[in-house]
Amino acid sequence: MRHDLATIQQWIQPQANVLDLGCGDGTLLAHLRNTKNVFGYGLEINQDQILECVKNNVNVIEQDLDQGLDNFDNNSFDVVIMTQALQAVHYPDRVIDDMLRVGKECIITFPNFGHWRCRLYLALRGRMPVSKTLPYTWYNTPNIHLCTFKDFEALCFRKQLKILNRTVVDMNYRDGFLQRIFPNLFGETAIYRVSR
Amino acid sequence: MHTQNNHSQTQQTQEDSVGIVVPSLFQCATPLTLECGKTLPGFELVYETYGTLNSSRNNAVLICHALSGHHHAAGFHHKDDKRPGWWDACIGPGKAIDTNRFFVVSLNNLGGCHGSTGPKSVNPDTQKPYGPDFPIVTVKDWVVSQQRLMEHLGIPRWAAVAGGSLGAMQAMQWSIDFPDLVRYGLLIAAAPKLSAQNIAFNEVARKAILSDPEFRQGHYYEDDSYPKTGLSLARMLGHITYLSDEGMAEKFGRELRNSGLNFDFNVEFQVESYLNYQGEMFSKNFDANTYLLMTRALDYFDPALAYDHDLSKALSHAKAKFLVISFTTDWRFSPQRSEEIVEALLAAKKSVSYAEIDCPQGHDSFLLKIPRYIKLLKAYMDSIEVDNLGEVSE
Repeated sequence: MRHDLATIQQWIQPQANVLDLGCGDGTLLAHLRNTKNVFGYGLEINQDQILECVKNNVNVIEQDLDQGLDNFDNNSFDVVIMTQALQAVHYPDRVIDDMLRVGKECIITFPNFGHWRCRLYLALRGRMPVSKTLPYTWYNTPNIHLCTFKDFEALCFRKQLKILNRTVVDMNYRDGFLQRIFPNLFGETAIYRVSR
Repeated sequence: MHTQNNHSQTQQTQEDSVGIVVPSLFQCATPLTLECGKTLPGFELVYETYGTLNSSRNNAVLICHALSGHHHAAGFHHKDDKRPGWWDACIGPGKAIDTNRFFVVSLNNLGGCHGSTGPKSVNPDTQKPYGPDFPIVTVKDWVVSQQRLMEHLGIPRWAAVAGGSLGAMQAMQWSIDFPDLVRYGLLIAAAPKLSAQNIAFNEVARKAILSDPEFRQGHYYEDDSYPKTGLSLARMLGHITYLSDEGMAEKFGRELRNSGLNFDFNVEFQVESYLNYQGEMFSKNFDANTYLLMTRALDYFDPALAYDHDLSKALSHAKAKFLVISFTTDWRFSPQRSEEIVEALLAAKKSVSYAEIDCPQGHDSFLLKIPRYIKLLKAYMDSIEVDNLGEVSE
């Protein structure tokens, strides 16, 4: 299992109600169901992924995150998860608001644009960084709202959100010494657990 | 429901066909009191089955038909049959509803005109056909009558109840009225109730029939006649709502039957010719009194009504898991209508998956071999656990 998913798993209580935004093939939800008897739904727009979810016996709703979560009641989930999708939505701040409206807390992971490779790429080449984790060029990237950890935390501060946990990992989802000391420079992905 | 697109299926694809099927008749002698208050002293339902009921009897799937459907959902009735059952795209060995795994039951609903008790049947009180005196039946009544058939077949619980359009409404009603008898509900091209526009279309269809002089207040069987014009018109109107603007443009465009315009009111465009043909064929094979009944059943369907107009409250009783599928170009029951059902299921914390299939064929899509739709349906059905096949030990 991917390290970020393993980290997320620790923060979820047995029997919890979970909503997974951009759930992919449903791996996380299937795992949470099998290990923690978690009940949940995944939202996804990719047709192939939706089919995989169905094959995995995972509840999946075809829904575009940019259209909001109006079909979900307030406080209807213990946890709302969004892995690696924050940077791809039109209004990340509104999505976070919505996540904390329908869920008691949320878990968000996203790539760090402040990683030293990105900084170096831009500084030395003068062009938008392209890397293994962010392989797209500026004109065809689905990642339209890239940010750094500092940016994200500034947003949380402005919204007066509580950061309950933060784990910063490298490309292989490992958290090493450097990631702990200089997260915004050496962390490639952050996993945040946030509440109101 | 609308089978005009199925004729491409021929005998060459026999390996995934259920083959030749023979309908059966279930005679229920127990009186049935309907929602309208009237009681049928007994009734008959014609049905077909495909596949084999396993020894633990947990692999039975009920197929519910739509407005103009019937019991013949898959396979052929005889060797030279050109047209298979109306849902042959989805039912058969290896197909989405795999008859190698499932025992599929498909019936003609009460009030129908294909062999089940309906307006054409003889009223025991008068020894004449019921005609317009056949009581109004509702989706709830259908579900009760289907449950009697279920008992007769010795099925303790449906693995799934599936249907498109009005069929989906029955599947939904099943899950609410008999929560312990349904494991999975498949709601395709569905709506939680008709909109004003839907009812309006039904009303025009009914007016077309009622105002045909040949209808004679529904007493037309005696003279071996039928309201051909009215029923054809009703079907033509209905048919337009089953297709989409995009689909019709693709199929007919503005193509003319002959070259050049005639400057008169005879049939000139291909689409006119098609609709007229469909209407006429339908009027020969369907009963006008049944059409009136079925459209009313559609109008009346509103499972939320008894639950303070709260669909989620109605569905909170369900114990089934649901698959909801809509089609982008369906404007009769648009994806928004399916999303209303999904939203209610989400609020009721029911297991549900939902997909919106992008295709140009409109409401009729649910009958067709649309690759993504078929794949999803198959994946979902394949995930339903059933015991290995074995003959029922009687």
